[in-house]
Amino acid sequence: MKLSAKTEEPLQIVTVLENRIDAAVALDFKEAMRQLTENAPERVILDLSAVTFIDSSGLGAIVATMKFLAPARTLLLAGLTGPVDRVFRLTRMDSVFTLYPSLAAALKDQVGK
Amino acid sequence: MNAKPQQVLEVKTPRPTFAFEQSLEATQDAVREALAYFIDQLSTLVLPQDDLETVELVLAETLNNIVEHAFADQTEPGFIRIRCVCQRGVLYLRITDFGKAMPGLMAPAGSTPAMPIGSDELPEGGFGWGLIRTLTDDVSYVRSGPMNALTLQIALNKG
Repeated sequence: MKLSAKTEEPLQIVTVLENRIDAAVALDFKEAMRQLTENAPERVILDLSAVTFIDSSGLGAIVATMKFLAPARTLLLAGLTGPVDRVFRLTRMDSVFTLYPSLAAALKDQVGK
Repeated sequence: MNAKPQQVLEVKTPRPTFAFEQSLEATQDAVREALAYFIDQLSTLVLPQDDLETVELVLAETLNNIVEHAFADQTEPGFIRIRCVCQRGVLYLRITDFGKAMPGLMAPAGSTPAMPIGSDELPEGGFGWGLIRTLTDDVSYVRSGPMNALTLQIALNKG
């Protein structure tokens, strides 16, 4: 699972570099996120703008990441494409996560907080 | 004697039915490949993006459930067969396998998991059947001898 990460205190930005988070990679994704965010600052922004398909296993892996980070750190999601946004809405997970339309929007809102 | 005017029979050509079959190994990697092939096959129907996304998600959830449950604890992966028919704006998917039967011989109701307040209680799974039920217009499941047969209907072009 290809992810890239950069930290600018108090934010860490993790970018998914693949276009699917599905059952075939959900465990990999979860493990990669765990390693990347082990020493993460208090807020982690997950940039999903490259992702055009997510299934319930992928969604579960994002929930697992959020739970791993909590309670000290928060996972924020940015750049949800149409099909990804739809899965979050259909499962009502849109009410659990803070969602931003783009990484730029997330940064604008989060920087200086 | 006048020849009887030849009766012109108007033969109505039946609306062409779109149909194909595919089979795959019951593994998560094979599911990913099968979805790509499946969506590619649908390209001749020229469906709206929304419909393609619905069909791909429904099929992904269905196939993943079969891999994870019907073929759980199997040493060798089994096979899954998909038959897809599109008729009068409805996509019919018949998915069969020889794995374990669904619990209670019924397709799960797929209620959306309850949303607890604390994030450490959030469900990490159980969304699959909820998505299938929400995105399909009909689901029927039959256990026939050693075979599971699931039929899903998705009305297309609902806008």
